[in-house]
Amino acid sequence: MRYLPLTDADRQQMLSVVGASSIDDLFVDVPEAARLTGTIAGLPPHASELAVERHMGALARKNLSAGEAPFFLGAGAYKHHVPASVDHLIQRGEFLTAYTPYQPEIAQGTLQVLFEFQTQAARLLGCDVANASMYDGSTACWEAIGMARRITKRSKAILSSGLHPHYVSVANTMAKFTGDTLMHDAPTLEAATDIDALIAGIDKDTSCVVVQYPDILGRIADLTPLADAVHAAGALLVAVVTEPVALGAITPPGEMGADIVVGEGQSIGVGLQFGGPYLGLFACKQKYVRQMPGRLCGETLDAAGKRGFVLTLSTREQHIRREKATSNICTNSGLCALAFSIHMTLLGERGLRDLAVLNHGLAVQAAERLAKVPGVTLVNDSFFNEFTLLLPRDAREVVRALADKGVLGGVSLGRLFPDAPELGNGLVVAVTETVTAEDIETLARAIEEELA
Amino acid sequence: MIMFKEDRPTSPEPVKEAHMAPATVTGNRALMLEEALIFEIGATDTTGVDFAEAPKVASRLGGLERKAAIGLPGLSEQETVRHYTRLSRQNYAIDLGLFPLGSCTMKHNPRLNEKVARMPGFGDIHPLQPQSTVQGALAVIHELAEWLIRLTGMHSVAMSPKAGAHGELCGLLAIRAALEARGDARSVVLVPESAHGTNPATAAFCGYKVEDIPATPEGRVDLAALQARLGPDVAAVMITNPNTCGLFERDMKTISDAVHAAGAFVYCDGANFNAIVGRVRPGDLGVDAMHINLHKTFSTPHGGGGPGSGPVVLSAALAPFAPLPFVEKQGDRFELVEEETAGEHHGGSFGRMVAFHGQMGMFTRALTYILSHGADGLRQVSEDAVLNANYILRSLDDVLDAPFGGSGPCMHEALFSDKGLAEGFTTLDIAKGLIDEGFHPMTMYFPLVVHGAMLVEPTETESKAALDQFIMALRSLAERAKAGDEVLKGAPYHAPRRRLDETLAARKPVLVWNEPEKLAQAAE
Repeated sequence: MRYLPLTDADRQQMLSVVGASSIDDLFVDVPEAARLTGTIAGLPPHASELAVERHMGALARKNLSAGEAPFFLGAGAYKHHVPASVDHLIQRGEFLTAYTPYQPEIAQGTLQVLFEFQTQAARLLGCDVANASMYDGSTACWEAIGMARRITKRSKAILSSGLHPHYVSVANTMAKFTGDTLMHDAPTLEAATDIDALIAGIDKDTSCVVVQYPDILGRIADLTPLADAVHAAGALLVAVVTEPVALGAITPPGEMGADIVVGEGQSIGVGLQFGGPYLGLFACKQKYVRQMPGRLCGETLDAAGKRGFVLTLSTREQHIRREKATSNICTNSGLCALAFSIHMTLLGERGLRDLAVLNHGLAVQAAERLAKVPGVTLVNDSFFNEFTLLLPRDAREVVRALADKGVLGGVSLGRLFPDAPELGNGLVVAVTETVTAEDIETLARAIEEELA
Repeated sequence: MIMFKEDRPTSPEPVKEAHMAPATVTGNRALMLEEALIFEIGATDTTGVDFAEAPKVASRLGGLERKAAIGLPGLSEQETVRHYTRLSRQNYAIDLGLFPLGSCTMKHNPRLNEKVARMPGFGDIHPLQPQSTVQGALAVIHELAEWLIRLTGMHSVAMSPKAGAHGELCGLLAIRAALEARGDARSVVLVPESAHGTNPATAAFCGYKVEDIPATPEGRVDLAALQARLGPDVAAVMITNPNTCGLFERDMKTISDAVHAAGAFVYCDGANFNAIVGRVRPGDLGVDAMHINLHKTFSTPHGGGGPGSGPVVLSAALAPFAPLPFVEKQGDRFELVEEETAGEHHGGSFGRMVAFHGQMGMFTRALTYILSHGADGLRQVSEDAVLNANYILRSLDDVLDAPFGGSGPCMHEALFSDKGLAEGFTTLDIAKGLIDEGFHPMTMYFPLVVHGAMLVEPTETESKAALDQFIMALRSLAERAKAGDEVLKGAPYHAPRRRLDETLAARKPVLVWNEPEKLAQAAE
C-alpha cells in the first residue's frame, strides 16, 4: 500500500487526539447491518507496481494499436502525429495534478492557458468567443441545441443527415426528456449534401439547424445559403466540426454565418484513446455569450494592478443558479484543452496550414488510388481528409476481413447506421499525415484481394 | 468519546522576513517568471513543427479554400516549452502540497497510472476499430465494471458518463425511463439542502420540478420532512452520502425504504464514495443509482479542471434502462453492444449519452489504481481518509467553530464556519492567508447550510507531518482572524497575483485576446 503514508504508530497517536479507541469508533454512524467486516469476497489484495504493470501491459498487447497497422479510421476521431513536447508538457505535475482554478491567485498557469485556448478556438472556428471546453463533440452538440432553444424559445431542431450518427443519438436521448423535437434522416450515398432539403424543412417552430462540416461522409458545402435561410426564419445555425484540422484549409463555419460552432478537438493534441477523454469545442457570437454553457475564463486585474485571469460569468452555472442554470455541466476537459493549445501553439498558423494541405494532398492521392479498385466508386465530389467509398458488398465484412490481415481500413457505414441497410456498402476512409504512400497501396491491394 | 487534546499541534511565531524584496524591471522574481500571452510573443509565420512536403494534387475542397488569415500565432519548439513550463509554475498542484478541498478530493496521482494509460494498446486505439482488434480494451472496461459493482453492492454499471454531473444525468434518465416504462408519470425530484449544487440543475434538465428538503440542526436530512413530502408525484430523491456536512446519513436505509414504498427511486451522489469504500456498500443501503467520480475515489488526475469520469452503478430495477453502449462477456470474448437488441438486459435502454464509449483513458488509470490498492488497500483508504479528517476536526475545534462537531465523527471531510472571527473577517481571508502559507485553500462557502463554511478534506494520501503543518497554519490564521489582524485582509501577498477583481471580469467580460489597436479603435 505504497500510496498510504500513515504508519500504525501514526494511526494510534491520531486516534488518541481524536478521542477514539479504534477506527471502528469513527464509523459508528453507519448502521450495523450495512457495515462490512473484512474485505469484500472475490476481490484480490493489493499488488506491486511491477505486477500491476504486467497485468495491464498484457491487456494492452491484446489490442492492435493504430501505429502498428496501415490505419484509415476517422468518423469523428482522427489519428494525427502529436509532437513529443505536447505530452511532456501536459505531464508536468503543476498542470496534470492541479485543481479547477477557483483560487485564481495560485492558478494563473491554468487560467492563462484557458484564455489562450478560448482565443485559439474562437479564431479557428471563426466565432467571437469560445468557452473553456466541454466533455466532447457529441455533448457539445447537444448543449448547442439546448442553447438555441433558450435563445429562440422554440424547440424544433433540424439535424442534417450528414451529422455524425452518434451525435444524433446523444441529441435524441436528451430530447426525450427535454421535450425538443428533432428532425433527422439518414444520409444518402450521393455526392451532394442535404443543404437544399434542410432549407426546405425550416419553419416558424425551428430553433436551429445543425449541420456537420465536413459531414459524416466527408463532404463539404458552402453554408452561406443555409445560414441566410435559417436567419430569415428567426432560427440559429449550429455547425459541428469533428475534424478541426480541416479548418486550416477551408473556410470556417463562423465566417459563413453559423451562430454557434461546436466541435471535437481530439484531432489536435489529444490522441485516440479508444474514444475518450476527448475535447468539446464550443464557440458562438458575442451576443449569445450569457446563454453559453460551461466554464469561461476572463481577463481582469489584481489588487496591485497587474493583468490576471479568473473564471467568470459564473452566474449562469449550476452552483449559483441551481435548477435555473444554463446547463448542469460542472467541469471541462482542462487537460485536453491544454494539449490542444500547446499543439496549436507549436503549429501556429503556418504549421496548421501546412498540416491541412498535407492531409488533403494525401487524401486526394488515396481517393484516386482506391477509386481504381475494381467495383469501388468514390461517393464524394468534395472532401478534406476523409471520403466515402461505395463497395460492391457489405463494408462491415470487408473491414473485418481487412483487420484480420492487419489493415485498419476505415469505418463502415453499417456500423455507424445499423438501422439504414441501404448504406451498408459504404466505407468511410480517413487519411492523415500519418499515412504513407505504402499504406495507401497496402489498403488498395487488400481491398482488391478481398473483393476479388 | 473522551478527548485527549494535549497532543494537538500548536502555532509557532511567524518567520521574520530578512528585508523587503526590491522590485525588478522585468517583473520577474528570480525563478518566478512573468509570462506574456502567445498572442504577444508569437507570430503567424513561426512554427515549432516540420512536415513532409504535401503531394501536388488538384484541390478537392469544393471551392471553399480558406481565404482569410486565422490569426494563430506560433512559437518555436523551445519557446513553446518555455511558455508552458513558466505558466505551469504559477499553479498550485497536488504534486506541490496538500489540497484540502472538501467534496473535491485531491489526492496523490500515481505515475504508474499515467504510464499505463499511454501504452500504445490503450492510448493509440480508435473507438470504432473492429472488436477483434480491441479485446484488451474491452477487458479493461469489463474488469473495472466488476470492481465497481462489487465495491458498491449494486447490480450493474453504466460506464459511459464523462463526469460526475454527467453521471447524475445518466442516473436520472434511467429513473425517468423506468418510470415511463411502467406508465408512471411523476414530476418532482426532492433534493436535500446538503446535496451538491449540480443535483438541482440535473433534475431540472431531465424535466423535473425540484423541491428542497431541509437539514436538521445536526446536519443530516430531516427524515420527518422527507417522509411527509413523499407521494405519487415524487420520482426520486437525490441524496449525498456521506453528505456535504461531512456526516454519514444514519437514516439512509429508512429513507430508501420510505422512498421505495412511495414508488420512487433513490439517487445517491457518489462524490464522497471514497469515505466509505470497502466499509459500506451503497447497494446495502437501498440506493438505486449512484455515480462514482473515478478521479476522486480512484485517483485520476484533475488536470486543472478535467477531464473527469462518472460511471453510474444501478440497482436491478434500473439496470435494463442503462445507456448504450455496454460491454458483455461472452465466453472468452468481450462484446461492445452498441445497438438495442432483445434479451435479458436489453430493450429498455434510454439511448446513448456520448459518442463512443466513455473516458477510456480514465478507466485504465482507475483500474491501475484499484489493482495497486486491492480490496484490502481500498478499505484502508477510507479508514485513513476518515481518520485524517477527524484528526483535523479535533485539532482545530478549539480555535474554529465546528458547527456539527457534536453530531458524531465526521467522515472524510471536516466542516468549520466563520463564527467567532473578528468583525469584518471572513472565510475568504482565512483562505487567502492559507495561500501565503503555501497551501491551497479549503473549499469555501460550501455547503450552503452553514454560514461562511470551510470544508476541509485531507484525503488518505497525506502524512501526519503534512497534516500537522497544515493544522499549524490554519490555527495561526484562525487566531489572527479572531484577533482582528488587518494585514490578513490583504492576503495573499506572496502568490503570483494578489486578489483578483472578479467583479470587473464579469461586468466587462474579456474572454478572448484582441490586438491592442483593435481595442483602441473600439474605445474611440
